[in-house]
Amino acid sequence: MTEVMVRKAEVKALEGDKAVTEAMRQINPDIVAAYPVTPQTEIVMEFSQFVAEGLVDTEFIPVESEFAAMSSCVGASCAGARAMSATCGPGLELMWENLWVASGLRCPIVMAVVNRSHAAPLNILTDQTDMMGSRDTGWVQIYAENHQEVYDNFIQAVRIAEHPDILLPIMSGHAGFVLGHTLGRVEVLPDEVVRNFVGEYKPLYSLLDIDHPKTFGAYDHWDYFFEHRRQVFEAINNALRVIPEIGQEYGKISGRYYGLVEPYRLDDADVVIMIIGSGAGACREAVDEMREKGTKAGMLKVRCFRPFPAEEVVKALKDKKAVAVMDRCACFGAEGSPLFTETCAAFFNRGLRMKLIDYFYGLGGRDTVPSEFCDIFRELSQIAETGEIKPPLVRYLAVRE
Amino acid sequence: MRLKSWKELETGVVILEPGNSVLYRTGTWRTFRPVIDMEKCTHCMFCWLYCPDGSILVKDSKVIGIDYEHCKGCGICAYECPKKVITMIEEVKARTEEAK
Amino acid sequence: MAQLKRDPIGIRWHGRGGQGAVTASKILAEAGKSEDKYFLGLPDYGAERAGAAMRSFTTVSTKPIRALCEIAEPDAVVVLDSTLLDEVNVVAGLKEDGVLVINTTESPANIRSKLGYKGRIYAVDATSISIKNLGKNIPNIPMLGALARAVEVVSKENLVKMIRESLGGKFKEAVVEGNVKAFEKAYETAQAG
Repeated sequence: MTEVMVRKAEVKALEGDKAVTEAMRQINPDIVAAYPVTPQTEIVMEFSQFVAEGLVDTEFIPVESEFAAMSSCVGASCAGARAMSATCGPGLELMWENLWVASGLRCPIVMAVVNRSHAAPLNILTDQTDMMGSRDTGWVQIYAENHQEVYDNFIQAVRIAEHPDILLPIMSGHAGFVLGHTLGRVEVLPDEVVRNFVGEYKPLYSLLDIDHPKTFGAYDHWDYFFEHRRQVFEAINNALRVIPEIGQEYGKISGRYYGLVEPYRLDDADVVIMIIGSGAGACREAVDEMREKGTKAGMLKVRCFRPFPAEEVVKALKDKKAVAVMDRCACFGAEGSPLFTETCAAFFNRGLRMKLIDYFYGLGGRDTVPSEFCDIFRELSQIAETGEIKPPLVRYLAVRE
Repeated sequence: MRLKSWKELETGVVILEPGNSVLYRTGTWRTFRPVIDMEKCTHCMFCWLYCPDGSILVKDSKVIGIDYEHCKGCGICAYECPKKVITMIEEVKARTEEAK
Repeated sequence: MAQLKRDPIGIRWHGRGGQGAVTASKILAEAGKSEDKYFLGLPDYGAERAGAAMRSFTTVSTKPIRALCEIAEPDAVVVLDSTLLDEVNVVAGLKEDGVLVINTTESPANIRSKLGYKGRIYAVDATSISIKNLGKNIPNIPMLGALARAVEVVSKENLVKMIRESLGGKFKEAVVEGNVKAFEKAYETAQAG
């Protein structure tokens, strides 16, 4: 076996957005095409500064809109370049048509999404409605809990997207302001360690391979369209195997190992909160507080939402007495939040019945503090004791009635 | 023609064989076909310029005929010909004539 | 009076947009780096229009900081502008054995009678110090000085080093040194009660 040295990382004080640009600088992509939009603006500002200062070899394309940003990324990716972008909320919406083009043409574009709500009402603060709304576009989706994960996820995203069994674009999400604009501690790996980890991008096909001309983006009739779609269904599900493999490999260079989900004090837990992203930290505090008071509380953090890690979720939760699913997004008119309905389906498909409740929370940047998670644990304990869920099944955390 | 399964298709809707659209015979779509009176043709190249399917055959800057494998019979060449030396004739009749 | 020392320590900043509370809260957070601690500088964004009341939070700890939300019960509160007392309850949730550090010309006793806060109060005229040393009212760095007198988050030397490092990237040396002078002056003149 090869000895893998964990090299000394440098501790830096970085805002979440700057953790992305730090990773981007180290990766040194071929092109970055992005349009500034609050609260992602710092990424565009700082990275274009890196380009101007010659710290990277990247071609920065200052596009006129997010639609153009994603078009540029698709074109560059087809040309064989390692292409990246960053956006948030309404910017992601404007990319919509090209999100599908990127996945359909199997372009391994890496994009930071600084999660922001959708208007109206106009609001610049965080929730995950943007990425949740694009959950079915064929992009792999991972979310960060803290500053360190913003950095770590973005580096791993390159390898996930470019893996030959996946070759799909990926969104690496982090909360706007709460992570994006707050200053936190990030252990930054040495440049050459990151560059070795991501390696050089070797495209499967390239438009610029002039000795072997090819056609990209041709029309498909009903006779072939579905078969090409079927390939994407297959490719994204391959990520369920690949993401933990890359997470392990990343652990060897950083000491931090990643999977599809992350349990916290879950083994012997009776009552569990399931959550995605930056809210998980406050939830951990609540778990510890409830444990001190004698409640067997635990947490399951979902790092990867697309593809949905149904097997891991069921394995982690099937013996639990009651579970609250927290979703920080506005997805209207469904049986519950996206995370909730996926989780319900995962259990139903395996013939299992669970005591699950659903909470929409934290929309438009509303803060969620540990004491609120504690209240939810208390409620779960009651459900566990009585075996009864008092309606409604779907709730709205801390909304004034 | 057997259609390929999803496992046999190239990744990312890429077509590896350049210019393979010539393999698709659109010449079967015609109900009328253009016929050039070569005696009167001045080789002005208007037909070549206007043909939407690149079906006017040219050699050494001279029109030499029509690619009936791909000509869809749209009639634009006949309409645009300044000398009116291209005639659209019924495909059925042309084929019967050919079969003789 | 002995300095307040806690681990983790949570500080809430009250200021008006433009007074530099966000900068000060982040400088204090980043200073944690010099002592290999974990840190979080978390401004409450959205209301930072010039003159509008705003808040920011700093946490420094020897253990990882997990909760990315506002500090409900801070150990210390820093108020950059005493006019805020009329519109914001600056001592909300402030621990009784904590510290209030306020930019005011009034005495700690007067502030206490106004707010009814039972813990320690440090008063400093950061506005005058700022105007004298910087030529304008940017009281954030002097308030860091007064806070450093009341609370030990990191050593004073490391804090001053971080001020120089952080402001040095943006301002001329005269401005940076003016700020360091203002920091020292506020540190010396902060009045405890």
